[in-house]
Amino acid sequence: MFENLSERLSGVFDRLTKQGALSEEDVKTALREVRVALLEADVSLPVARDFVKKVQDQATGQSVTKSVTPGQQVVKIVHDALVDVLRGDEDLGTLKIDNPPAPILMVGLQGSGKTTTTGKLAKRLKDKEGKRVLMASLDVYRPAAMDQLAVLGAQIGVDTLPIVAGQKPVDIAKRAKQQAALGGYDVYMLDTAGRLQIDEVLMQEVEDVRDVVSPRETLLVVDGLTGQVAVEVAEEFDAKIGISGVVLTRMDGDGRGGAALSMRAVTGKPIRFVGLGEKMDAIETFEPERVAGRILGMGDIVALVEKA
Amino acid sequence: GRLVGRGSGSEQRRTLDDDMLEQLEELLIAADMGVDTALRVTANMAEGRLGKKLSAREIKELLAAEVARVMEQVAKPMPIYAHRPQVVLVVGVNGSGKTTTIGKLASQFKAAGKNVVIAAGDTFRAAAVEQLQVWGERAGVPVLTAPEGSDPASLAYDAMTQAQADGADLLLIDTAGRLQNRADLMEELSKIIRVIRKKDETAPHNTLLVLDATTGQNALNQVEIFQKLADVSGLVMTKLDGTAKGGVLVALADKFALPIHAIGVGEQIDDLAPFDPEEFAAALTGLDQS
Ligand SMILES: Nc1nc2c(ncn2[C@@H]2O[C@H](COP(=O)(O)OP(=O)(O)OP(=O)(O)O)[C@@H](O)[C@H]2O)c(=O)[nH]1
Ligand SMILES: Nc1nc2c(ncn2[C@@H]2O[C@H](COP(=O)(O)OP(=O)(O)OP(=O)(O)O)[C@@H](O)[C@H]2O)c(=O)[nH]1
Ligand SMILES: [Mg+2]
Ligand SMILES: [Mg+2]
Repeated sequence: MFENLSERLSGVFDRLTKQGALSEEDVKTALREVRVALLEADVSLPVARDFVKKVQDQATGQSVTKSVTPGQQVVKIVHDALVDVLRGDEDLGTLKIDNPPAPILMVGLQGSGKTTTTGKLAKRLKDKEGKRVLMASLDVYRPAAMDQLAVLGAQIGVDTLPIVAGQKPVDIAKRAKQQAALGGYDVYMLDTAGRLQIDEVLMQEVEDVRDVVSPRETLLVVDGLTGQVAVEVAEEFDAKIGISGVVLTRMDGDGRGGAALSMRAVTGKPIRFVGLGEKMDAIETFEPERVAGRILGMGDIVALVEKA
Repeated sequence: GRLVGRGSGSEQRRTLDDDMLEQLEELLIAADMGVDTALRVTANMAEGRLGKKLSAREIKELLAAEVARVMEQVAKPMPIYAHRPQVVLVVGVNGSGKTTTIGKLASQFKAAGKNVVIAAGDTFRAAAVEQLQVWGERAGVPVLTAPEGSDPASLAYDAMTQAQADGADLLLIDTAGRLQNRADLMEELSKIIRVIRKKDETAPHNTLLVLDATTGQNALNQVEIFQKLADVSGLVMTKLDGTAKGGVLVALADKFALPIHAIGVGEQIDDLAPFDPEEFAAALTGLDQS
């Protein structure tokens, strides 16, 4: 539905025939289009603004390779800058799941994909790393939430904590911790109920859970189709609970995934995984290049400039 | 935003100029309205007023009035027909709030004296049926189910038969979440509709697309494709109790003019409200805060 960035820029640069270095004026004109492209990809406004400023400084005065157009050159610069932000500079390594049993806490808004992602990650840890995993649902609110996790556990061959009706989330967490230790599990994963970042009661509840188990990883599960609110959600969950990473779901859709850039830029927390479907193996590690290409609605231009 | 300081600052009058318009655009973009629509809304609002001195509150009131004007045309409750059973098909992407919305709708129609039946058409997701059964109990409405993994179209067919035999007023059909770019799943939806029409060629009488307020510009693709392939007749936007403003609804109203029937404002059974353009516009522009 939206034009991708190279289409936008080709319009802008059609008028410019001269080759050579990108003038300040060229860059300014191009960056107006970049800003719009980012906003249409759901990058949050302040993040888009900062990003454009940063690219402006990098791009001005750069020489344009003979075989590409100025538009392609700008796209390449923007793409590389996006990858830079998305990747960050710390060496991520794998999830921190040493010291068994290692707790992993899953949090996020309603319907973002926490329960599904809990199952996917458990399966991945089991299949790829040979870990013994226990999953527990702390969702005492959503109808059949606990059944949902139990069904997934049975599907993927991962144990779930037996359901005890009427127990509070903190008590379920304690029981999971105990069961994980007694049962010799390497990892225990706590799936929590969806909650709004402004819901003080429910945010306090998950803080209490955190204090009981001291999670090694706290993963914020965010819908990849999220709009401008992504920044606030990530900031608030991080401020109140302290997140160690983000999982972006529904990246099998045709969304541009600008939320990834927003959350990365604002919280500095790494995006760990992307969800690519409803099936239990539809999860992959986060690839900054792929998501950068998506945000811009293109991919081939980058390869083209790289070859030139 | 930085447009208006609260308190004393907001009494100051400012000239409505390009700079101010840009700030207003950004306010709307930050509410997910999208660039094009934000430009159009601010331009309409500014028409004949450029250069005028206005207080921050006046500016927001004008902006909210412009948004409300656009939205008034699409604010329409779900139509109720005399036809029996009136078949309501509920569709949307994963996790948007379809099942919960069905629970809420069932409860409201029941309270209005209607004889309601629900069909648990999500035969795919883990415990989707159990989830809907709980909602059925809460609403006091029977839920027709089929085993996990069975064909949703054949469940829909059976549900049609049953609802017709029972003389139900309303049949609400839940469906599995599906992303609009998944051709196979969209075809599954078309099949459900074809099968329903075998029993009643006027059905489904309403096809509700449930949108999540936290969704950004992808909602435009969702509406476009669901409308094309599933004949969407109206929208419900959920999760407006959060901080997302759902500004994309304005872009949608502009582009598709589909009626907006209701909004979800929480997870409880009564948390479904009519769509109120003025309230929506006030929240979107921050007028309700100033
Ligand atoms: N297409 C697609 N669907 C997904 C993905 N991840 C989750 N889903 C679907 O999204 C819907 C919601 O997922 P859940 O795992 O129940 O979400 P949740 O965050 O646990 O929801 P609550 O517990 O209600 O807050 C389900 O239909 C899932 O199948 C994904 O990566 N791609
Ligand atoms: N805060 C809030 N949460 C809501 C609202 N509507 C639904 N939810 C929550 O969003 C989550 C997903 O809702 P569901 O009704 O399961 O969504 P769905 O579209 O049926 O999901 P799938 O069938 O998995 O595609 C649940 O945790 C609901 O409680 C709402 O208006 N406000
Ligand atoms: Mg869940
Ligand atoms: Mg559902």
